[in-house]
Amino acid sequence: MKLDSKIPSGPLAEKWNKHKFDLKLVNPANKRKFEVLVVGTGLAGASAAASLAELGYQVSCFCYQDSPRRAHSIAAQGGINAAKNYKNDGDSIHRLFYDTIKGGDFRAREANVHRLAEVSLSIIDHCVAQGVPFAREYGGMLDNRSFGGAQVSRTFYARGQTGQQLLLGAYQALSRQVGLGAVKMFPRTEMLELVVVAGHAKGIVVRDMVTGKISSHAGDAVVLATGGYSNVFYLSTNAVGCNVTAAYRAYKKGAAFANPCYTQIHPTCIPVSGDHQSKLTLMSESLRNDGRVWVPKQKGDKRLPHDIAEKDRDYFLERKYPSFGNLAPRDISSRAAKEACDEGRGVGPGGLGVYLDFSDAIKRLGEAKIRERYANLFDMYERITGENAYRMPMRIYPAVHYTMGGLWVDYNLMSTVPGLFVLGEANFSDHGANRLGASALMQGLADGYFVLPYTIGHYFAHDKPARPQAGSAEFREAEAAARTRVQKLLAIQGKRTTRSFHRELGRLVWDKCGMARSEKGLKEALQRIPALRDEFWSNLAITGSGESLNQALEHAGRVADFLEFAELMCLDALTRDESCGGHFRTEHQTEEGEAKRDDEHFSHVAAWEFQGEDGRPLLHKEPLVYEGVHMSQRSYK
Amino acid sequence: MKLTLKVWRQKDGDSRGEFATYQANDINPDMSFLEMLDEVNESLLARGEEPIAFDSDCREGICGACSMVINGLPHGGRKATTACQLHMRLFEDGETVTVEPWRARAFPVVRDLIVDRSGFDRIIQAGGFVSVSTGGAQDANVIPIPKPDAELAMDAAQCIGCGACVAACKNASAMLFVAAKVSHLAILPQGRVEKNRRVLRMVEAMDSEGFGNCTVTGSCEAVCPKEISLNFITRLNQEYAVALLKSTGQSAR
Amino acid sequence: MNTLNRRCSSSLGKKYVMAVTGLALFGFVVAHMVGNLQIFLGREILNGYGAFLKSKPLLLWGARLGLICLVSLHVWAAIRLTQDNRAARPVAYAVQASISASYASRTMLMSGLIVASFIVFHLMHFTLGGVDPEFLEFRDGAGRHDVYRMVVAGFSTPIVSIFYFVGMALLCLHLSHGVSALFQSLGLRTGHWVRAIDLFAKAAALTIFVGNCSIPLAVLIGLLK
Repeated sequence: MKLDSKIPSGPLAEKWNKHKFDLKLVNPANKRKFEVLVVGTGLAGASAAASLAELGYQVSCFCYQDSPRRAHSIAAQGGINAAKNYKNDGDSIHRLFYDTIKGGDFRAREANVHRLAEVSLSIIDHCVAQGVPFAREYGGMLDNRSFGGAQVSRTFYARGQTGQQLLLGAYQALSRQVGLGAVKMFPRTEMLELVVVAGHAKGIVVRDMVTGKISSHAGDAVVLATGGYSNVFYLSTNAVGCNVTAAYRAYKKGAAFANPCYTQIHPTCIPVSGDHQSKLTLMSESLRNDGRVWVPKQKGDKRLPHDIAEKDRDYFLERKYPSFGNLAPRDISSRAAKEACDEGRGVGPGGLGVYLDFSDAIKRLGEAKIRERYANLFDMYERITGENAYRMPMRIYPAVHYTMGGLWVDYNLMSTVPGLFVLGEANFSDHGANRLGASALMQGLADGYFVLPYTIGHYFAHDKPARPQAGSAEFREAEAAARTRVQKLLAIQGKRTTRSFHRELGRLVWDKCGMARSEKGLKEALQRIPALRDEFWSNLAITGSGESLNQALEHAGRVADFLEFAELMCLDALTRDESCGGHFRTEHQTEEGEAKRDDEHFSHVAAWEFQGEDGRPLLHKEPLVYEGVHMSQRSYK
Repeated sequence: MKLTLKVWRQKDGDSRGEFATYQANDINPDMSFLEMLDEVNESLLARGEEPIAFDSDCREGICGACSMVINGLPHGGRKATTACQLHMRLFEDGETVTVEPWRARAFPVVRDLIVDRSGFDRIIQAGGFVSVSTGGAQDANVIPIPKPDAELAMDAAQCIGCGACVAACKNASAMLFVAAKVSHLAILPQGRVEKNRRVLRMVEAMDSEGFGNCTVTGSCEAVCPKEISLNFITRLNQEYAVALLKSTGQSAR
Repeated sequence: MNTLNRRCSSSLGKKYVMAVTGLALFGFVVAHMVGNLQIFLGREILNGYGAFLKSKPLLLWGARLGLICLVSLHVWAAIRLTQDNRAARPVAYAVQASISASYASRTMLMSGLIVASFIVFHLMHFTLGGVDPEFLEFRDGAGRHDVYRMVVAGFSTPIVSIFYFVGMALLCLHLSHGVSALFQSLGLRTGHWVRAIDLFAKAAALTIFVGNCSIPLAVLIGLLK
């Protein structure tokens, strides 16, 4: 396998324009002869399916939810970045590009990020034209807010539901095409296999989640927009259905998986309340502007927070990072909280939480002011925990909420399997080792609305792929493989439920490959994961049949893939013997506890190639070369 | 705490369903209602019985997947709350709780508590969009939109399409859902251009799905997790009346 | 015209029919009450009013035909809408809990049907003479139909008056929801008008109840003889 990133030549700022001209076109009358299979209907998938159908391609679109409108992009709260410079505060394409590269700790591909910053402008224009009700100022102009990692105000938002509104915009565009007959929509349908014919992606095998029927779909290209793999940790802010199956199946069919160890932890989530917990809920980081983070000084101090005197409290962020205090960067505050809890000083059920205390701010500014700033967050906290945060401190704990790694793609968003395109969180391309707030929505829509529609045509016109042959041997084999897998899962008839395996796996990767990773821990995880996987395949309990709606079976299939994928993630984390962004190796840190990169040895994308069930994945490196920026130690002082 | 659960079990759309009774023990008051069901399912699996099927995904009240009637009220009837955010501390120890699927001809049961809400998708496909294709949009700030209009549009646009309005309405009417989308797009200048065509087509699609009619009882508004206002139904009535008058004598298509 | 037809028989179209006919019938109820309240001004004036109406057969029969059409349309729309509504929920919930819906709003069909049968009785009673044919034969000093005497005689039986009280109560329950619902259906119940319209509906219903019931009550307590 050779990684060819296909980055266009020429100056950074002109690459995309030049490339757009160099891309070959498909005659409008010929477009309807090509069928594209789009898997996933989040921001990336829905926008791609709609845009491709508008161009005239035949599109089939698949999602596991009962409606494309429910994809997890809907849960994004904060906003979407665009270098509009409406605030006259010095924003520009170059600045957005620079912030994103720096935020990604210099582990993202420069040309992709620049293109992302360029098309960010069109995204906002298009979304407004679709009727997305962005927040406005009294003069009728679009409002902006500022977000972490940037010194300009460039984030567009729709209350705390920006993801929802952008997704509904894309969903409506998609629905319009479904109504026009240009897109065939397959909800409650899960992809189980990628079909590769003569080296090109030619179709997928899916399971109808209502009838259990396994069938094939043939197409001229396959687009995966299937999101991230945060649920490998069992508990994350992802929807409970989010999974790695589609991407992992593609990996097993030859698509390289890049940087799987890059995961992002968000510091202000509502902590776990017990073993029953099925997912974590994120609260806006803005809370840290007025809240003080602390834990008791004494281990196992069970007193109520207001019974603990000032002198018995440890305001650990203020103590450890006097200049940043409670506003220390995401990864640093997350790790500090974990350390405090690991020392046995955590609060709340299971000791997995730290206080975020507003009493000083309430004393200083009055409850009314705090209510004005954070009422919706305090309400949300109360709904979930039943506690009034005006009276007693909130409890928070970090949680996984985004994965920067994903299938490797070239500049055209095509994976190492020709004809297989990967968009949004499912690919690896734009966020490097850490994603900035309000950038995920931007990337998903950029890929779907403004990149893929250009580059997919080039694949059709330039590569002239052969017509897909549904029912050919490759399809029959892939279908048989999917069926066998389902039968195998049902035949185990063991004692342990999928959830208990998933929970154990999650706890293991959270401990060993979560906020802080070490060689010792990762090696231990690499020992334990195969053992857990073996137990899974010999002691799994699921009921029901494969020929009906069977949620236990669906979950088992996904966890089976997580059990394999987790190993790849830990292997990547072990191999990347440096710290960068969200990947923090305890062996490599600065005196302030910041991630310490090793640019000499690790300034590359790590792309893993599957080598068979028993083979060790093969590492390919795509060197990262920076023309437009100077690599520096990331610092937000 | 402990609960007695009466849960609707139905193998598939063609089978007859019935209530089954389960004991849920060791309920932690911090569990959400769905996490409580997860635990019940774990114990069912351990006994070799098929778990209760129900829709859920984001579990933070925004995707609109969860859909169950708890003690006669969609999502349990707590103000502005979906079933996934309904916590067990709101229930009494020892209580008997009845759990049913959404009941409507337009939402046929798929299995247990899962219903088919694709009718909502077809309503949107009929006209719940702005007919703009990707590319070529003018600058986002060219058309100023008064802040109150943007806020009102957002109030309507918040709908999560869960179908609680239909489930609560004694007529299984989808008016609140349709009204929310019609209003969201008609309030904004971008959507105003095709508002007559949109409202006629969406109402036609709504009728053909077999939803009932609005009798202004207000139950939809009361159970809506996003607190979508009944006023939007008034707006829909108005929009449709105007569109009807304008389309007189000319085909709507 | 086809399109219009189709649109009018759409769910919202039927609601418009309901609302427009409801509004007209509401107008009639108000006018009818104002006309009848003239009984308190004495036999002379009421009988004069009756004679005036009879002297304009075109107007009278036009109004009667119009009312029949309105009622028929109102009932037709109600039946069609109810059929749709029943069909929309073929399987009922095991646990019935109603939230927010007022009693009046949930009982519109029932109150409407009872009011309809009340109207039939009312017509038999005072217009067609079905209850007591004598009523139509009463003549006053000027040889006019003695409406005054008919009303007093008609309400002298307590059981009949009580039936009227019940009928009026149901009509007013129907109107207390119906009047605000018709504004809602026509898309006019918006913004700060919502409270005003709801208040108006309740006030109008109460006024009609008090106004119409005052007549049999006055007869029963001997105020009108």
